[in-house]
Order: sequence, then structure tokens, then C-alpha cells
Amino acid sequence: MALTNEYIMQRLLEKFPEQVSNFEEPYGFLTFAAPKELNLKVIQFLYDDPELRFQFLTDLCAVHYPERVGEELAIVYHLHNLADNIRVRFKVYTNIEEPDVFTLTNIYEAANWLERETYDYYGVNFVGHPNLRRILNVEEMDYFPMRKEFPLEDQTRIDKDDEMFGRGSRLDFGNTRDDRSDSTIPESEKGHDHNYPV
Amino acid sequence: MSLVEHQKNHVRLPDGSIEKQTTTLNLGPTHPATHGVFQNILELDGERIVDAEQTVGYIHRAFEKIAERRPLYQITPLTDRLNYCSSPINNMGWHLTCEKLLGIKTPKRVDYLRIIIMELARISDHLICNSVVGVDTGAFTGFLYVMQYRELIYEIYEEVCGSRLTTNIGRIGGFERNFNDVAFRKLEKFLKEYPKVLKEFENLFSRNRIFMDRTQGVGGISAERALNYGFTGPNLRSAGVDYDVRVHSPYSSYEDMNFTIPVGKSGDCYDKFLVRNEEMWQSLNIIQQAYQKVQEFKGAEADVFHADVPEYYLPEKKDVYTKMEALIWHFKIIMGEIDMPAGEVYNAVEGGNGELGFYLISDGGRAPFRCRFRRPCFIYYQAYTELVKGSMLSDAIITLSSLNLIAGEMDG
Repeated sequence: MALTNEYIMQRLLEKFPEQVSNFEEPYGFLTFAAPKELNLKVIQFLYDDPELRFQFLTDLCAVHYPERVGEELAIVYHLHNLADNIRVRFKVYTNIEEPDVFTLTNIYEAANWLERETYDYYGVNFVGHPNLRRILNVEEMDYFPMRKEFPLEDQTRIDKDDEMFGRGSRLDFGNTRDDRSDSTIPESEKGHDHNYPV
Repeated sequence: MSLVEHQKNHVRLPDGSIEKQTTTLNLGPTHPATHGVFQNILELDGERIVDAEQTVGYIHRAFEKIAERRPLYQITPLTDRLNYCSSPINNMGWHLTCEKLLGIKTPKRVDYLRIIIMELARISDHLICNSVVGVDTGAFTGFLYVMQYRELIYEIYEEVCGSRLTTNIGRIGGFERNFNDVAFRKLEKFLKEYPKVLKEFENLFSRNRIFMDRTQGVGGISAERALNYGFTGPNLRSAGVDYDVRVHSPYSSYEDMNFTIPVGKSGDCYDKFLVRNEEMWQSLNIIQQAYQKVQEFKGAEADVFHADVPEYYLPEKKDVYTKMEALIWHFKIIMGEIDMPAGEVYNAVEGGNGELGFYLISDGGRAPFRCRFRRPCFIYYQAYTELVKGSMLSDAIITLSSLNLIAGEMDG
């Protein structure tokens, strides 16, 4: 019998009654959540069960929801049962002050770098990880850049002299005043001689 | 003699010496044999590797962050720069993800044209990887010889989208323009001439004594370990697992094509080479089938190159200048007046080196709330330590090139 979403859901509810929740099927992809203390137990169950056999970790990443107080960070696991060719998406939520989540490295080797990357981006502390260091960014970095409190720069800002990249003082897109003064220039930037052509 | 005993006897340091028994060697980040910007810190005992540690991230460009500020059609150029040896596959994978989120159904002709482009990209990707394995074992000729045909593939891209390496090919819903006659002539030329060259290339390597001695039993991995490490693509198939996204979850009408998935056994460099070669034959086969199906469209159907979804498909530039409706849609799309539906979607395609996944969360705004790229070689590169431990330095170089690591994809 081929594995179906309903059956996986039923098995999970039998094993973890009232703990596994938020079942959804966006675009046919079974998605569910559990308390973060249970992430290892749920995944170990999905891995070991002779019928479920989710033995391939496709992806692991985090998402930052700043407006969800107490569960700002979601850690999303994409698991795949290759034999029956079915995927599930499993989420655990954690607060951002204590983002401690158990590591998956003892189940999947693939989780090693993926967790390091997630730590690097969002600061999720994977408890038990053998080598939880930054992987893509420099080690001296003291913040977690993928969090939503670090927005990318506004592409339309005009106070920055960056003419090689198509914006700045020399090219006038009609967004500066005639005398080239602009109220958005911060105090610290004022007084610099930009050598504007007259 | 075991490795430990060998190590003990190899270097004799006086008691209490603070020197190490092993030598540390930095392979990379800009070593010519690494074929990309990444570093391997190797612990060597003589020429034997005792331990290895990888450093990646030298060309990290924070695509996932940048994508959170961009509308969907502006993310396509970011995907170009992941695996730049087969950027059309990345582009198509991204378009397919967007189409899944937006609920767009593409016409069959578009699907087949996409298959042609994607399989050409796969051939060019495997061609580079396999010929570079040749270079690293000391055979430069094959590399230079097949470059001509990669060039021909790039010329086909050029006819379709105007660029060669970072292609930005296609749009959400289809292609930016129809394939012209030159593109089809060049495709026919490729289909006619390439099989002979591939055969020659195979003859040069696959039963070559030196090549076999250098690659057999080098960098092998068992199917279980490969799965545990999250291998996908030719690297996984060479270990004996027949997982291919094109077959397991078909996209872009791959279900209409007839092809087989080649698998290896031991996962070593030789098997990887053979699997990639066989995949090129299969790709040629798929291109032929798709091209035949494209030719079967007659009349108005033969001119279809995009789905009829004006709210998401960027209209052709010449229409924007001459037709009012196209101008309106162009304005609406560019000025961000069309929001995408809220939702969460994961879509994967079979990239040149594995399962390339796109996980897109939309909160209904103009740009994705979160955009995640599952980059296959970032995931399987962590197995490198296990693959090379205990082998010789020269084997480590071949293992590195036969993994088909692309720094752009690894660092994201």
C-alpha cells in the first residue's frame, strides 16, 4: 500500500496525541508542527518506523516571524521517503531569546552543515551539534543577518554617493533638489565635499 | 600495516617535542585544482590524508536575503549564479516554483521547449565535470575537444535568450520569445554532430588503463552513507540509488519522455564518470523526443511560447511599445501592483549535480517572505572528509573534481 498523507497523519496522531498539530496540505505537501522539545522524538519516529521510513533529509532551514511573540523562529525540516516517494514538512517553533533546538546530526549527517548554516543565518542554537560555528559568513560577525530586523538597504535612497552603481550625485533621476541639498542626508554625512558639478 | 601504525613509524619525533607528526596543507581557496573558490585544510602523513576540513563561503552573496526584497521575476538572475554551469535548469526550476505558487499551467509546447533547454544544460554541466576529471588525471585533450560542443550549446542559449553563461532564460509562464529558426538549426547540428564526439570522448576515457587505475576505488561511498549525507543527482546514482527528480516527481511534462536512469554501484569516481556519461546519452535521447514533439505542433499552436497569464507574464518589449494592453500589464508588473497569493511551496528540479529545491513562503506581498534554495552541492560537500580520509593527496584532487562542486551554488 502506498503511503498517503492521511495515513502518516493518523500514525503521528497515534504516537504523539495532542502534541503534533497544525496539519495542513499546501499544494499537497503534508505539513505539521510539534513543540520544539519533541523534534528529535518525532523525527526519530519518522525515521525508524518500518512503514514511514523518512530516511532522507532534503532540507533544513529557519524562518523568522517577528510578529509571532514567543515563537519567532520556525525551524523547517523537509523529509523524504524515497521508497514510497512521499515528502513531509515538519516545523518546530522557538522563541528568539532562547533559540535552543536539539540537533539532528545523530540521525542525518546532512544536518551538520545545514544546521551550521541555520545558526549562521538565524542564530538557532542546535543543542548537541558537534561543531556549531558559522559557515558562510565570517566568524567575527556578531549578529544573525537573515533575521527580519536587518532589512536590506532601500534601493531608492539618494544620500549615498554611489554613482558607479547607477545612483548618486552625478546622475540626476529627478529625486534631488536643484541645489543638491536633500533632507535625508544624515548630519554625520553633511559637510563632506562631494565635488558636485555645477 | 594499518594507518595508525604507519603513522607511528613514519615520523620519529624526540620525546616531549611540540612538533606535529603530520603536515598541514592548504588546498585552495585559489588552487587551480580546486576548480572554484573553496578551501580544504588537509592533515597529511606523507602523501596520505589523515584528516580534512573544508572552509566554504568565500563567494557568499546572501541570495536568500536579497530575494526577500525582490519581486519574483527579479529573483531569476540570482538563480543563474547558483550552479552557473547549468543556469537554465536553475532558471526553469525557479519559474516552475513560481508557477506552482501562482497556479499557472503552461502549454505543452512550452514544456517541451523547456525540456530541450534543460537537457542541453545538463549535457553542458556533465561535459564540464567529466572533462575536468580527465584534466585532473592528466588528460587535457578531451577537455579542449568537447569545449566546442559546449560552445554550440551556449550559442543555442544565445539565440533563445541573448546570453550565454548567466542566462536568465524564460519568464514566469513561458519564454520571453519564441525559438527562432537559427536556434532550431543549431539544435539539429548539435543533435547530429554531438553523438560522435561523445562516443570519441568515451573511447578516450572509459576503458583507458591509466584513467581506470586513477579513478576506480577512489572516493567511493556506500548507498546508505550517501543517503545519510543527503547526496542527490549523479553522485547518489553512482552509489546505486535510482533517485531522479525527473522521474519521482515529474515537472515540465517529463512524464511524456521515455528515458532510463543510469546507476552505478560503488559510488567511486569511475562510477560517477560513467553515470554522467550515460546521462548525457539519455539527455540526447530526451532532446530528440522533445524536439520531435515540438515539431508536431502545427498552425497557431506552433507559435505558442508562453501561457496566457498577463498578470504575471512580462510581455514582449516590442508589444509594450506598440500595444496598450501590454503596456498596462508591463506597468502593473514592474510597479509591483500585482501581489502574489499567500502560500508555501516547495518545488524541486533535477539540477546538474542534484536535487535543486526552492522553498518559497509568500505572505501575499510583492516579494517572498522567505526564499530558500536547497543547493545540492552545499549539502553533499560535507561528505568530502569521509570520502578522502585515508587516501592519497592525488586521489583527493580527483574526488574533488568528480563531485561536481560549483562554488557559486555552494555559497549561495
